[in-house]
Amino acid sequence: MALNKISIIVVSGSRERLQMAAMMASVGAVSGNDVTVFLSMNALSYFLKDSSETAPAEGQVGVMIAEKNVPPFKQLFQQAVELGDAKIYPCSMAMDLLGAEADDLDPYLQEPWGLTKFLSHAADAQVWSF
Amino acid sequence: MAEKMLIDARGSFCPGPLMELIAKLKSGQVGDEFEVLSSDKGSAKDIPEWVEKAGHEMVESRQDKGVWHITVRKKR
Repeated sequence: MALNKISIIVVSGSRERLQMAAMMASVGAVSGNDVTVFLSMNALSYFLKDSSETAPAEGQVGVMIAEKNVPPFKQLFQQAVELGDAKIYPCSMAMDLLGAEADDLDPYLQEPWGLTKFLSHAADAQVWSF
Repeated sequence: MAEKMLIDARGSFCPGPLMELIAKLKSGQVGDEFEVLSSDKGSAKDIPEWVEKAGHEMVESRQDKGVWHITVRKKR
């Protein structure tokens, strides 16, 4: 009984944008919405298995996110999947550029999607971009 | 027998307390109560909003020395 279809496209690698996208995905998903996340461009490399890369802050709030007890964005994306049945798709183009295979990514991600698939899925959804 | 569980989310920022509550609610039984302790103002507003939307029951929400005590009963 999904309330709304929400499609979130994340292209930025900045901490604030990843954080906001993860908050929308997790809260959206646990509130009964059908949430799809599409990770592309600079957002994808954080989801490579064992990635220890830290997302750079754009400004003051991004710095504070790291200093205070704010749930990390990857934890929120994972909770979106585990608690709210969100689906997170890596972009196949970004995977090609990174030379990554599906097995190289965190296990809570789905199989890669191309842009055509994302566009079809997003056609009747709210679309949020970060 | 309904149980009451304490979720100490003090110090965590939005949406941490909400996500902790939901994780515990999922594994609980209908009728169980969950008391969330939160120092985050946003969560004090957000949790009751979510509870209503998700069809659970707000038992109590009170502030005591800068800490919100938000008690929720699992209804489904």
